Amino acid sequence: MKRFASIMVPAVIVGGIFLSCSGGPPVFKLGGVGPVTGEAATFGASTKQGIEMAVAEWNVQGGVLGKQIRLAFADDKGDPAEGATVYTKLIQQDGVSAIVGTVMSKVSLAGAPICQSYKIPMISTASTNPKVTDVGDYIFRACFIDPFQGTVGAAFSYSDLQAKTAAVIFDVGNDYPKGLAEFFRTKFTELGGSVVAFEGHATGTTDFKAQLTKMVRAEPDVIYCSDYYNDVALIARQARELGFKGPMVGGDGWDSPELTKIGGAAVEGTFFTNHYSKDDIRPIVKDFVAKFKAKYNADPDALAALAYDATYIMLNAVKTAGTADGAAIKNALASTDLEVVSGRVKFDANRNPVKSAVIIEIKGGEQVYRTTVYP
Amino acid sequence: MDSVINAQQIVNGLQLGSIYALIALGYTMVYGIVRLINFAHGDFYMVGAFAAYGAFYLFNAYLGSGGVLAFVVLILAMAASAAIAQLANRLAYKPLRYKPRLSSLVTAIGVSMFLEYLFSALPVIGPNPRGFPEIIPKRMFTVGSAEISNYVVIDITVAAVLMVGLTLLIRRTALGKAMRAVSQDKDAARLMGIDVEKIISATFLIGGAFAGAAGLLAGMTYPRIQPYMGILPGIKAFIAAVLGGIGNIPGAVLGAYIMGLAETFATSYNSLLGEGIAFVILILVLLVRPTGLLGEKTADKI
Repeated sequence: MKRFASIMVPAVIVGGIFLSCSGGPPVFKLGGVGPVTGEAATFGASTKQGIEMAVAEWNVQGGVLGKQIRLAFADDKGDPAEGATVYTKLIQQDGVSAIVGTVMSKVSLAGAPICQSYKIPMISTASTNPKVTDVGDYIFRACFIDPFQGTVGAAFSYSDLQAKTAAVIFDVGNDYPKGLAEFFRTKFTELGGSVVAFEGHATGTTDFKAQLTKMVRAEPDVIYCSDYYNDVALIARQARELGFKGPMVGGDGWDSPELTKIGGAAVEGTFFTNHYSKDDIRPIVKDFVAKFKAKYNADPDALAALAYDATYIMLNAVKTAGTADGAAIKNALASTDLEVVSGRVKFDANRNPVKSAVIIEIKGGEQVYRTTVYP
Repeated sequence: MDSVINAQQIVNGLQLGSIYALIALGYTMVYGIVRLINFAHGDFYMVGAFAAYGAFYLFNAYLGSGGVLAFVVLILAMAASAAIAQLANRLAYKPLRYKPRLSSLVTAIGVSMFLEYLFSALPVIGPNPRGFPEIIPKRMFTVGSAEISNYVVIDITVAAVLMVGLTLLIRRTALGKAMRAVSQDKDAARLMGIDVEKIISATFLIGGAFAGAAGLLAGMTYPRIQPYMGILPGIKAFIAAVLGGIGNIPGAVLGAYIMGLAETFATSYNSLLGEGIAFVILILVLLVRPTGLLGEKTADKI
């Protein structure tokens, strides 16, 4: 018996190692990336949920290319250096055939050149800075881009809020707020409004009062803040303390429950442009919201919707391509025409989807759907 | 010029300066007595902010909101930071006390990073920013053309009281006398019957407690806390201490207010260059007075 055990135990161990390396049925390996920790943590959590939900739905339907989909998800921490590391890891160690992610433009800009050089198709879920897809023909995104978002924000401020003057504040150390602020300024000026202050702040600072004092003294009708929710909440509080009573407008970086948690009463009566609203009445949106609620017991935000959409767009392209080959998937992606939660997606020549935006208002601490704007 | 320097910007600068002052006081005191540039001081401040956060939610239900609660939270924040400072002293700095000064400096950087990563890894804290409760209700007053909150008044008052208290402690008490003796010559102090390690412990406890108070006030003033919140203010407070003359208590406070005001004015002059301009001012001051504004001439190198 003892001898039997001494043979069997190593045999089982060796067999187990062998099985875990190459055994089991063949799978299609999909990479996912999102900032699960760090300054945009709620974005990462939603992104992960959206991707996982989409993969689970595809697997129930039999997966893709006749194989089950195995998701390898990595946390980029909202940091470009960390992003470059995890993209490389997903491709080299996990051997993924395609990547869904990530959220922040500065991190996607770090990951995209890696995907391009390995010829691995990548679809960013929510990076809205135009430069992201300029990296190369393997890089796509599931969201609209900042020139459109800035235009919508400016037009809404000028027409709906009847603002003739605007003051702008943004993080100078980040591609997304910086780009968005500039697109807002261009469009707002073009419409006939004037930008009375255009102020940057350092990344990671908590004191915005020097800039805000200057802005509030210029008596703008509206303050446009293109930052992420964490900074927006503090900026709104400090602007109110300095006596600013007008509306504030921003971009999709505001979409987080933390905005009202940290911002409190200061963010009441503010607006932001977003990719989708859970109050949309299209059947695909209602269906998505219901399934998400059943699975995670929370309302899906735009980040979850975009991650879910991006996963569907990518897997649909794999199915159309009929192979896990990068070049074939890339070509299939380029000819996508798919109805998803955040609208109907067709890619333009720069691999950016052309689709609508919604305006969300913060009312009573809740996000309320205000209107939809078409391109 | 009115758009750059006005009453409101002066208030903004003073508020920022008082947060720097509270951190700089502990920095400069530890340096003055132990001759150690304690880079982990900014992280003791972070620990204080999280301790205050925890204490608030533990006792909020029992004490209601207001003065008593604020006092309890303050004491616990100061105690937590003092405990961490003392722990760092015992475990990390003490074994290197009589080794080359560079070793302690590198160790201090190590302690700093350890605390940041430890707090990010702890499940109850984690790396994500969180909002800080309004422990004392915020009130706004309009004075002339400036909006002033009661927090500005609290921050400046606490910084001033602690500065005066610390100066008195060092100039007038037996402990202070012993501290001055240790700072001048450890061996001679030991020959005079002073327990040098005890004095150094006291220094870390007081310095840490100051950082804890600063953490609480910063949390209330700029209500967002996270494990890396101590890095930037820590560096700026260190520069403030150097600007005022490191080791000099009133110098640290003076340096901190100059930093706060310079940063605010520079940012309001051009927000894109902002802090860059503030640092240029500092370099210029140090070119003219290398030992800092109130610093004594010394042969010591940092």
